[in-house]
Amino acid sequence: MIKLTVNNQQRDLDVEPQMPLLWVLRDILGLTGTKYGCGIALCGACTVLVDGVPIRSCTTLVSAVEGKNVTTIEGLSPDNSHVVQQAWIAEDVPQCGFCQSGQILAATALLASTPNPTDEDIDKAMAPILCRCGTYQRIRRAIHRAAGAKT
Amino acid sequence: MSPTPSLTRRQFLSVGLTTAGALLVGVDFAGCARNDAPPIASKGDETPFGPNAWIRIARDNSITLLVPSSEMGQGVMTALPMLLAEELDADWSKVQAEFAPAHAAYFNPLMRRQQTGSSTAVRGFWGPLREAGAAVREMLVTAAAKTWSVPLSECTTALGEVIHTPSNRRTRYGELIEAAAKQKIPENAFTKDSSKYRYLGKAIPRLDTPSKVNGGAVFGQDVRLDRMLIAAVARCPEMGGKAKKFNKEAAAKVKGVRNVVEISSGIAVIADHFWAALKGREALAIEWIEGSTAELNSAAIRSQFKSSAKSGKVANKAGNVEDGLRAASKTVEAVYEVPYLAHACMEPMNCVAHVRDSDCDIWVPTQGQTATQRAAAKVLGFKPEQVNVHTTFLGGGFGRRSETDFVVEAVELSKAVGVPVKVMWTREDDIQHDFYRPATYNELTAGISKDGSVVAWIHRIAGPSIISRLYPDGVKDGIDGTSVEIAAQLPYSIPNMHVTYAMVNTAIPVGFWRSVGASQNAFITECFLDEVAHAAQRDPFDLRRSLLKDQPRARAVLELAAEKSQWGSPVPTGIARGIAVAHSFASFVAHVAEVSITEGKVRVHRVVCAVDCGFIVNPGIVAAQMESAVAYALTAALYGEITIENGRVQQSNFNNYPLLRIDEMPNVEVHFVHSDEPPGGVGEPGVPPLAPAVCNAIFALTGKPIRSLPIRL
Ligand code: FES
Ligand code: FES
Repeated sequence: MIKLTVNNQQRDLDVEPQMPLLWVLRDILGLTGTKYGCGIALCGACTVLVDGVPIRSCTTLVSAVEGKNVTTIEGLSPDNSHVVQQAWIAEDVPQCGFCQSGQILAATALLASTPNPTDEDIDKAMAPILCRCGTYQRIRRAIHRAAGAKT
Repeated sequence: MSPTPSLTRRQFLSVGLTTAGALLVGVDFAGCARNDAPPIASKGDETPFGPNAWIRIARDNSITLLVPSSEMGQGVMTALPMLLAEELDADWSKVQAEFAPAHAAYFNPLMRRQQTGSSTAVRGFWGPLREAGAAVREMLVTAAAKTWSVPLSECTTALGEVIHTPSNRRTRYGELIEAAAKQKIPENAFTKDSSKYRYLGKAIPRLDTPSKVNGGAVFGQDVRLDRMLIAAVARCPEMGGKAKKFNKEAAAKVKGVRNVVEISSGIAVIADHFWAALKGREALAIEWIEGSTAELNSAAIRSQFKSSAKSGKVANKAGNVEDGLRAASKTVEAVYEVPYLAHACMEPMNCVAHVRDSDCDIWVPTQGQTATQRAAAKVLGFKPEQVNVHTTFLGGGFGRRSETDFVVEAVELSKAVGVPVKVMWTREDDIQHDFYRPATYNELTAGISKDGSVVAWIHRIAGPSIISRLYPDGVKDGIDGTSVEIAAQLPYSIPNMHVTYAMVNTAIPVGFWRSVGASQNAFITECFLDEVAHAAQRDPFDLRRSLLKDQPRARAVLELAAEKSQWGSPVPTGIARGIAVAHSFASFVAHVAEVSITEGKVRVHRVVCAVDCGFIVNPGIVAAQMESAVAYALTAALYGEITIENGRVQQSNFNNYPLLRIDEMPNVEVHFVHSDEPPGGVGEPGVPPLAPAVCNAIFALTGKPIRSLPIRL
């Protein structure tokens, strides 16, 4: 049994300890907001927060997050009320939307550590998360908007 | 492409009520060739739509449009409802969109099948969907006027209500359902004058955004069904190879693996979850029978193209190029090449199928519902109607999802094991088993007269054909129209032209890739034109402008991009501008790129984009599509290359097939040329002129033309 907390819910899981967190979330817990895009930490689609820090769940073993707090996109807010989600809606960021869970969680972590990020801060924090649809310009605007809304 | 068919409303509208009292409107756009529009189904609310219903108006005043096209990011799930809502005078806050099932009633009139591609969704449905909205509005007004016993002319509509102006009586559409259903379908309902538009032309927020910021949007990858198993397929890395030996027992022993099945594309491992399927796939330790394409490699393919280049068939001919070249005072010659490209949709290919004895359900992120139905029916020996297609959101499409290889796999697997099966591709599967954008080899010659005008243009193209595989009848006199897109229709006034195409098909499968032939031909022709301008000692913008004297729309976007980028004004040291224009998918786009090179690395700082896409349905979505096209095309220009060695694709994941990242994204400014022409395409036309604008800027910086992609300095 592996114990972890996902979106503030305590979970006891009967899975192999080497199973990547991504597949535990998606195929065992049914939390499909976290996406598979590359499997080897190159695209960021599988990004979730572990104790607030963005990590690639595709290369993180479930045993490595035992006892920790995992936040997925489903845990951000039940009603799109989180400031980052609000900014994303205001800027109409998503196109296909597939990368956006990872983008939003990475942005959330950035804003938590750097409430007023510069463009360079955004480049650094967001570069690991690929968007094939090229929503980058709007992501940048949305992060600045969320930063403005917070202060 | 054929124009929107004209048809009378009686032929294409049908109306019915559900048992719970919602008004259903069926529209049969594509079936206009038939006179037997199918009767509308009127089942209970548990199945709110019949197989051909398009619009539902419910008692709660909600208005739902069944969107026949696939939402892959291009905003169709918002743009099509806007067309309906405008003419219906609907309250936008009550408008919803759902994906339509696969049915002939949802054929795109421009595609003659249910398919999303060639930037045709708004173009195809622009006329009929607005007319349907206007007709239904008229039925609602007539119903209200009769109920109130007032003249029709005293009634008007706004925000989902019919209003009797003299008495200011109002009633909501939801209250008029039964009465409206009894009205005659009008023969002539007039669509609005564009000056009266409330929604069209406005940057209305996308309907799908809320579900895409909370993980709620369901992509193919996310489909979960009772008893569903998940499969990974091992496909031979060498094209055309087959499995000789594999260790079934070892795979079956992996915890969570349920089955190992041989299917037409390879060996599938079916498991409780994808991780087990992947581990099982590794355990197969397959020995492949290889060698049939062992000779196939990029260099050999290139020399095949090269040796065929001169024996192409004529795609376009004007004047006499020999005479033109004789009269020229200068000639310019160059060879241009482009590589194979993978699509790399952010969501790798996948499909869920549930096959039963006499029918089958498919959940799939597809651009081709009709093709999906047909492909599954073929595998199962079914009629297409026995296949139900549930289209999910698409995590990118770009042409890749108009194919059905992943559908065939899921259907074969579910048939084999009798439960729903989701087949998932890894990123490596996705990059190594794609239908690639064709690589091509191009020889160009141009003649310049004493006064600096272009008097002769020869372009010889050699490369593989997409259409010869997908629609063989579409190849005419050896010409695949997609291979010569742009090249055979140059907008420029050049008196003597000769464009040829030599079809060289290889074992590398090729397919539609965002903007198709235009994606490479605009790069080739627009960069070569800058070489011509250089030889003629003319400014690239001025030369284009003079050659576009008979092309007002192309010229207008060119001029707007030049004006907004302050073409000709000084730029900071180390930065240069490049310009290019292209007409594709019934729209015109010009880009000006500002580029620098630092430590051997190309950096695009800013792209000024000018668009004429006819009437602009939603400027917010059009701007987003231009930003998207810039990122997609810049990725290809900087990095995109699929190479072949021993019949194998050498790239496998984002480490060797990189995509543009946020820190490389230029600032994109979008400017519109306003037009009253019907809407043109939007998803693709921003792609073609981007690579040449960037490369022309590099040429201006270094004096060295970029003649092949990806860019190597
Ligand atoms: S799926 Fe984990 S980084 Fe791409
Ligand atoms: S929105 Fe499509 S990949 Fe980012």
